[in-house]
Amino acid sequence: MKRFQLERLANPQLLALVAVLLINWLLFPNFFRITWQDGRLFGSVIDVLNRGAPVAILAIGMTAVIATKGVDLSVGAIMAVCGAVAATMVVAGYPTPVAVIAALSVGLVCGLWNGFLVAVLDIQPIVATLVLMVAGRGIAQLITEGSIVTFNEPSLIFIGTGSFLGFPMAAVIALVLMIAVTLLVRRTAIGLFIQAIGVNRAAASLAGIHSRMLLVLVYALSGFCAAIAGIIVAADIRGADANNSGLWLELDAILAVVIGGTSLLGGKFSIPLAVVGALIIQAMNTGILVSGFRPEFNLIVKAGMIILILMLQSPLIGNALGFFKRDTRQAGSK
Amino acid sequence: MTIISKLAIAASLATALTSVSIAQENLQGLTVGFSQIGSESGWRAAETSVTKQQAEALGIDLKFADAQQKQENQIKAIRGFIAQGVDAILVAPVVATGWDDVLAEAKEAEIPVLLLDRGVDAPEDLYLTMVASDQVLEGRVAGDWLVADVGDADCKVVELQGTVGSTPAINRKQGFEEAIAGHDNITIIRSQTGDFTRAKGKEVMEGFIKAENGGADICAVYAHNDDMAVGAIQAIKDAGLKPGTDIKVVSIDGVPDIFSAMVAGEANATVELTPNMAGPAFEALAAYLKDGTEPPKTIITESKLYTPADNPQGEYDTRKSLGY
Repeated sequence: MKRFQLERLANPQLLALVAVLLINWLLFPNFFRITWQDGRLFGSVIDVLNRGAPVAILAIGMTAVIATKGVDLSVGAIMAVCGAVAATMVVAGYPTPVAVIAALSVGLVCGLWNGFLVAVLDIQPIVATLVLMVAGRGIAQLITEGSIVTFNEPSLIFIGTGSFLGFPMAAVIALVLMIAVTLLVRRTAIGLFIQAIGVNRAAASLAGIHSRMLLVLVYALSGFCAAIAGIIVAADIRGADANNSGLWLELDAILAVVIGGTSLLGGKFSIPLAVVGALIIQAMNTGILVSGFRPEFNLIVKAGMIILILMLQSPLIGNALGFFKRDTRQAGSK
Repeated sequence: MTIISKLAIAASLATALTSVSIAQENLQGLTVGFSQIGSESGWRAAETSVTKQQAEALGIDLKFADAQQKQENQIKAIRGFIAQGVDAILVAPVVATGWDDVLAEAKEAEIPVLLLDRGVDAPEDLYLTMVASDQVLEGRVAGDWLVADVGDADCKVVELQGTVGSTPAINRKQGFEEAIAGHDNITIIRSQTGDFTRAKGKEVMEGFIKAENGGADICAVYAHNDDMAVGAIQAIKDAGLKPGTDIKVVSIDGVPDIFSAMVAGEANATVELTPNMAGPAFEALAAYLKDGTEPPKTIITESKLYTPADNPQGEYDTRKSLGY
């Protein structure tokens, strides 16, 4: 057991995260400085956790979808819709719990719609979810009537900017969700079923797995995660910005999942490592902000780092560096 | 208030009144078509409602067409206006190219076309005039305010840029830099893009505060639009500092939320991007219809500075009613 955990710590994702954090530290010596301020932790590392939370939450749902050989392009738009629902409802005077439950339900319904298109109508996932990716932002604009709906409801704002034991609320929510979903898929047979669908849906169905039902549920989970992320983002800026909330975050989420070692061809997935992937992306973003690079370099620096990280994961290079050997042993021990 | 400034105000009021009456005399009962881009931002929605208000006040029958961000819809709308035989056409063009044919058709039908807030790549004789703001001037007005406000004191500024490579980001940056050039006490120490959004503005400002000694080294933040400034204000508050006093906040656009921040003492200045592009356009049209006065090909709108001294609560209420 002990050796097994040591090997897990040596996986390329965690090493990449440590490397990115160390580079940030070299560029900005105070990167790891954390102070206690107004009853919460305050520092760049905390920013990484806080800002990385929405993409991490999206990545949790996205991992399950990608493990079934699917993809969910609509999560960014669902964020915008759910943020808009929560914001307009508190502005209209509904109590926060009602608004949050309504927003989560809308996210769930969006996810069920995607699942219906993919599992029942057999539309290819990339096309099926593209529908809501395009339409969702329009729906969000209809809800907000084209403007940014701002609110001052403290309990809703708390979800985005509050803290629990000094840690940002968004990061706490992401952690709880990660543990819950990981336990759900790894301590039951659901994870195995998801992998089976990803490897071969027809064979999985023949083996007695309710693949249609399971697919619908997986997309519903993704929609639900997007709803949580959408509420957090809206609460953070105290307003629902239908045009920009969650814009392009579906791509960050997919990237986080891929960095986390989940195969786009389905069948192999890890939710905690997808969350680590999200943290790697955010650590790069925060690093760029504190380093003082010119904004023209943002995307180039990011792309360069991502290529490096993905190269580390390629079996050929991993083998040369000694990672691959550990990986195969790890896979064997499962 | 000095006598001279009182006189100046009286004079400008008088001109405004006469121009309204010229416009009213010559535009009463006319039919004008207005092809709007869509309603992608609060400012766009405000521009639409201001245009409708102006038209109503002048007794113009305004035919409104929303193009939903598509040029083909705008061209269709303009052809429709020509077929209906309107007296003039207002267009807020969604893109710069591809207008030659439809503008030539309008010219053939002898219908003057006035462009609002964006230009087109077409021969100048195909349209009457373009009404737009000067984005470099907007940046300069913001910079001038900071120069006057800090005086001789040292001031380290962090800048929240708009989307990298976008025209307003380039121009507003240039204008601000022009204004602070020659004032060695003011330096821009950090500059990053916040993509014109609240969320990114907040995130970038959080990074700046961490990087500059918990914000203690930052004297002012200059944001290329108000939304990023609103995000930055939240980041400053989260860091335990007071926006408006510990860190001055100056931005551009004049959206309602920046005025409510001013009411709370959390923002110091904003430069208005006026949604009233139609007013100057109607004036130019009236003068043209009256005696054929050709207006200049480009009419620059005023870039007015607003500070907490300019009744921010009143500004907030008026703007909120415009549909921002």
